[in-house]
Amino acid sequence: MVDSKNGKYIFEIKKFNIFYGDLIAVKNVILNIELNKITAIIGPSGCGKSTLLKALNRMNDLIITSRVEGQALFQGVDIYDKDTDVIELRRRVGMVFQKPNPFPISVYENVAYGPKIRGVKKKNQLDEIVENALVRADLWKEVKDKLHESGMSLSGGQMQRLCIARSLAQEPEVLLFDEPTSALDPISTANIENLLQELRKNITIVIVTHNMQQAARISNYTAFMYLGELVEFGDTDSIFVNPQNKLTEEYITGRFG
Amino acid sequence: MNQEMGEKYKPFELVRKKKFNFKENFFLSLIRTLGFTGAIILIIILSFVAYNGISILSWEFITQPPVEAMTEGGIFPVIMGTILLTVICMIVVIPIGVTTAIFLAEYSKPGLILSTVMMSIYTLAGVPSVVFGLFGLAVFVVVFNFGMSLLAGALTLAVMILPYIISTSEEAIKAVPYSFKEASLACGATKWQTIRKVILPAAMPGILTGSILGTAKVSGETAPIMFTAAAFFTPGVPRSLFEPVMALPYHIYVLVTAGTFIEETRPIQYGTALTLIILVLGMNLLGIILRARQRRKKAW
Repeated sequence: MVDSKNGKYIFEIKKFNIFYGDLIAVKNVILNIELNKITAIIGPSGCGKSTLLKALNRMNDLIITSRVEGQALFQGVDIYDKDTDVIELRRRVGMVFQKPNPFPISVYENVAYGPKIRGVKKKNQLDEIVENALVRADLWKEVKDKLHESGMSLSGGQMQRLCIARSLAQEPEVLLFDEPTSALDPISTANIENLLQELRKNITIVIVTHNMQQAARISNYTAFMYLGELVEFGDTDSIFVNPQNKLTEEYITGRFG
Repeated sequence: MNQEMGEKYKPFELVRKKKFNFKENFFLSLIRTLGFTGAIILIIILSFVAYNGISILSWEFITQPPVEAMTEGGIFPVIMGTILLTVICMIVVIPIGVTTAIFLAEYSKPGLILSTVMMSIYTLAGVPSVVFGLFGLAVFVVVFNFGMSLLAGALTLAVMILPYIISTSEEAIKAVPYSFKEASLACGATKWQTIRKVILPAAMPGILTGSILGTAKVSGETAPIMFTAAAFFTPGVPRSLFEPVMALPYHIYVLVTAGTFIEETRPIQYGTALTLIILVLGMNLLGIILRARQRRKKAW
């Protein structure tokens, strides 16, 4: 399945730059993301971490002034090659956003959205996909009696898990999380963190977070970015216990950020 | 001692209004009065028309055709003419207007083409309605050879209302949260799927409201249909798109200016005006209720 050299890395980012107009947002980043692990990207606001994350499924395309230089490979295929099928890329590399953003339709229809646009029509097949995705997102028990109520009637934490279920219904290989818990209360946050640990068993997760404790708690690898550059990358334990770079140390000890 | 102090300082005197502030009160009343001008004018017009027209309004008046050189009978074909003109106009203009709005809001990129289209729409919105009438006469009646007809009139009205439909639809589309679009695209939907399944359904109440208010505007127009569709008299409701029609605003104009029995038809004139006002206000009310409901229901 994984096409790259040793099969270990699902993303290989090589000397990658991202620009917004003339402004450089991500500078010369070299980073490999390992299959079925959780990689956290941390750093202060405006350091380019979300921009880098959104490049991985080309959500940056929505910003018309953005352009990239260098290479980012997903399973050996250049994400920004002109022949890359962006639609298929986004199916395989799903995304969950900072603010829960369910559609203003029922819980069921939210989860069925992806399969439906891909042409799944049979009711029983859709039912199965929806139930499966909601179970995996640890939401089924809470919503199984209100599948046909609006997705927006749920609580914040439930909405975010609904968004995760909506992505899971696509059978993605990777899920990108852009500060998924920053709008949630501590209990909902804990639920989502537990969920990520569960999902990691067969999905690669890349999470951008402001919250260093969160990165330390849940990730296998941590990347620290500052002013568009990747300052340090490594095992989460070694980054937090024994950072090599002075900037990293200052950031994780809370001296700036 | 306490008493002494109380007399000295009189604390309540400090916060009590000392004298009548003439300037403040004058401007306050002025603003209040002027602020109600619009409402007052509307009430005067409505009561004037209602007072003069209410006596003739009856079931017969709205269901019977005119008789005796229009001095007697009802205005049924006139009402039907206005409804037909408006409905056909909307059937034509809504798809074009909404499509243009989708293009402007979702596909166009800033540049020469977009600014040209935007400028054309703004200019079109500022063109006097009688000019649309002449345009309709030249293009639909003569060049397309539709003649003075329901179709030519409806198309002329459609051209006139197009900028309004475009701008209200564009606003409705732009009001759909960006996060919906993002979520849909991140699910691997194409741009068109996103527009069709997420953006348009969310924008639909706004588009609908704009269309209803546009309909209300169209149904009261005289100038655009004067040379393109409106007939002095037709024996009944038109049986095809290519027949001329009677219409409420034009009917009023004709009865007031061109008939041989101007004085005799006074009640009918006011009755027709009242019918038109009720129709337009009714549609506006529907639009306003819809808009209020949609604001209340909106979860984002």
